[in-house]
Amino acid sequence: MKKLTALTSAVAICAAGMATANDDLQTKMDNPNNWAIQTGDYANTRYSELDQINRDNVGDLQVAWTFSTGVLRGHEGSPLVIGETMYVHTPFPNIVYALDLSNEGKILWKYEPKQDPDVIPVMCCDTVNRGVAYSNGQIYLHQADTTIVALDAKTGAVNWSVKNGDPAIGETNTATVLPVKDKIIVGISGGEFGVRGSVTAYNTADGSQAWRAYSMGPDSDILVDPAATTHLGEPVGENSGTNTWEGDQWKIGGGTTWGWYSYDPDLNLVYYGTGNPSTWNPAQRPGDNRWSMTIMARDADTGMAKWFYQMTPHDEWDYDGINEMILTDQAINGEARKLLTHFDRNGFGYTMDRETGELLVAEKFDPVVNWATHVEMDKSSDQYGRPQVVAQYSTEQNGEDVNSTNICPAALGTKDQQPAAYSPKTELFYVPTNHVCMDYEPFRVSYTAGQPYVGATLAMYPPSDSHGGMGNFIAWDGKKGEIVWSLPEQFSVWSGALATAGDVVFYGTLEGFLKAVDANTGEELYKFKTPSGIIGNVMTYTSGGKQYVGILSGVGGWAGIGLAAGLTNPNDGLGAVGGYAALSDYTALGGQLTVFKLPD
Amino acid sequence: MRVSALVLMSGLALAFAQTAVTEDIDNITAAYSEDGRYFTEDDVPTYNIQEDGTIDWLTYSGFRRYHSECHVCHGPEGEGSTYAPALKNSAIDMDYYDFVDVVTNGRKVVRGGGGDSVMPAFGENANVMCYLDDIYVYLKARGTEAVPRGRPRAKEAKSDVIRADENACLG
Repeated sequence: MKKLTALTSAVAICAAGMATANDDLQTKMDNPNNWAIQTGDYANTRYSELDQINRDNVGDLQVAWTFSTGVLRGHEGSPLVIGETMYVHTPFPNIVYALDLSNEGKILWKYEPKQDPDVIPVMCCDTVNRGVAYSNGQIYLHQADTTIVALDAKTGAVNWSVKNGDPAIGETNTATVLPVKDKIIVGISGGEFGVRGSVTAYNTADGSQAWRAYSMGPDSDILVDPAATTHLGEPVGENSGTNTWEGDQWKIGGGTTWGWYSYDPDLNLVYYGTGNPSTWNPAQRPGDNRWSMTIMARDADTGMAKWFYQMTPHDEWDYDGINEMILTDQAINGEARKLLTHFDRNGFGYTMDRETGELLVAEKFDPVVNWATHVEMDKSSDQYGRPQVVAQYSTEQNGEDVNSTNICPAALGTKDQQPAAYSPKTELFYVPTNHVCMDYEPFRVSYTAGQPYVGATLAMYPPSDSHGGMGNFIAWDGKKGEIVWSLPEQFSVWSGALATAGDVVFYGTLEGFLKAVDANTGEELYKFKTPSGIIGNVMTYTSGGKQYVGILSGVGGWAGIGLAAGLTNPNDGLGAVGGYAALSDYTALGGQLTVFKLPD
Repeated sequence: MRVSALVLMSGLALAFAQTAVTEDIDNITAAYSEDGRYFTEDDVPTYNIQEDGTIDWLTYSGFRRYHSECHVCHGPEGEGSTYAPALKNSAIDMDYYDFVDVVTNGRKVVRGGGGDSVMPAFGENANVMCYLDDIYVYLKARGTEAVPRGRPRAKEAKSDVIRADENACLG
């Protein structure tokens, strides 16, 4: 924790005199009484210094109050709390409520945008939204139809709005935005519609565009300096965003940017990952398909890339690289390092130097991961940094129209967007995971703008020798790349975790339980079943000096689609139906916020 | 039970009423085949399963295409999801021509509560339209449970006519 404070004060000094808008946000994030940003802080640690609720008393937790969002779809993300105001968002139609915490949650204002419902079916896998953002007196809502609206935080009045993409060609949004200084950083969805991914910075004053960086395309589009931008320590060279593609495929190349964003104020770098290359049929896009599946570090002011790391060159499994980048300051072999830790869909947990992009650790965070033996760590090897793909599980090598079986993890990844947490007290990462494998059969598809562009058939099921469940909640040592403890869960854990100074870690389950476990041992200390399955992220704040814990429930998202009817293993033989639990036997739709407290 | 749940869930009541007159017509059993495709006596595409469990090519092809184009909303194997109705039931409840119409032109069902249900128009999507009968007969086979969940096993070979039609359709 000392390190974090030191970092913060250094930032304050650096930023002095710049009169930047993020002074306001930084101050509010530094105060643990707020939950001022979806990710808890710029570093995406989802760690709170609040400790009124702790390991010893969390068992006494009770429901303080609840709030129905009035919307049925999958509820991802979490509310924000700034002072005594809570901001609650919903999935499509993307309503925002401001609630007065000092007046029993009375609704101060409500904003409901008008959106063309035609955007609904263009959103692959439900109309989720991962929440609003705050800076400098404004609430930013990034709607499903890619409209970004800046609302006056006090009144809900619209200050400005801007359109980031076009749903008619499959461009949509599910993500939150990242406020940095006088800009917001904004991503885009649509990898299953042949959208070319990009990240755009808009000025918070008026919504004008500051810069845009595509994931693939000419150097001027992807904002690289061919001589200075590096990949694993080497300059990327000219045309790196087109020369690993055949023909014009990069124009519909995917690499969308729908995940989480982090920011290091000292280095002034924004970090995020890019998604799968389009289509899912690898035979239709020979080459490494740069820079899909890539961790990116970009200058927050200009968008210029400092370094890239492509985790899964030439994806053959839909292992989007969009999961969060968690920034920590830890010592490795006695040396203080600025680290970036990332739990990828592909099943590897990566620890990197976030200043240089050097790869330090790449280890499997679920033992069943089998599509690659390991990531090559020998810097002298021509395979350095590349996953060593197992031929049996290579949908490229097996070819079009061939069904590759028993690939682990499944396309939803060992972990999807549901964000992990990190406690500086334990130096452990707390990671919600999926424990699911798949069959994958690619075949030829044609591209039509605004239409699905998938090109593979998938079947998903738990690993044959699993504990019978489809998820685990694990504690991970990012320095060693080792699982410290692992809690089996019946369903994939699709909820973002929260770690606190009270030595408690919280997460939600798809059945609808909010669970609290001991940060050191994983021992379950408390659980409560909320009205619907949880795919939201746990947050905490204080009001009137008392600590509260809040969670959105409302089942849906990819979990609601993939798991609603239960999974079957097609390799179990004919008639092995309903072999695994069906989510629909446990929970039903319904958006609700549940807030917990200790007894008065 | 399943049918009434579907009607409530997806607001299909209208379509259901329109097609109820077809109840006494056998919309399932294959009466004849042509070049590897199977039809009912009313010339509606349908599946065919041989005694040893071998399924026709179109049903197998429909399994693949369904899981490429449809399942990200409608869930695996036509089972439905928290987001969209179970198409294995729709393929039974709906008239073939209504089914084709909804896939081609789309449909909106306004329910409020953020639960508006919007089926997009796939009329210009060759990956769907060239395989519409394949998807339909697969879902019909799922609706009657003639084909269980999971990946179909033994299948008939793809006929030359089906192959030629596919190439012509994809262009």
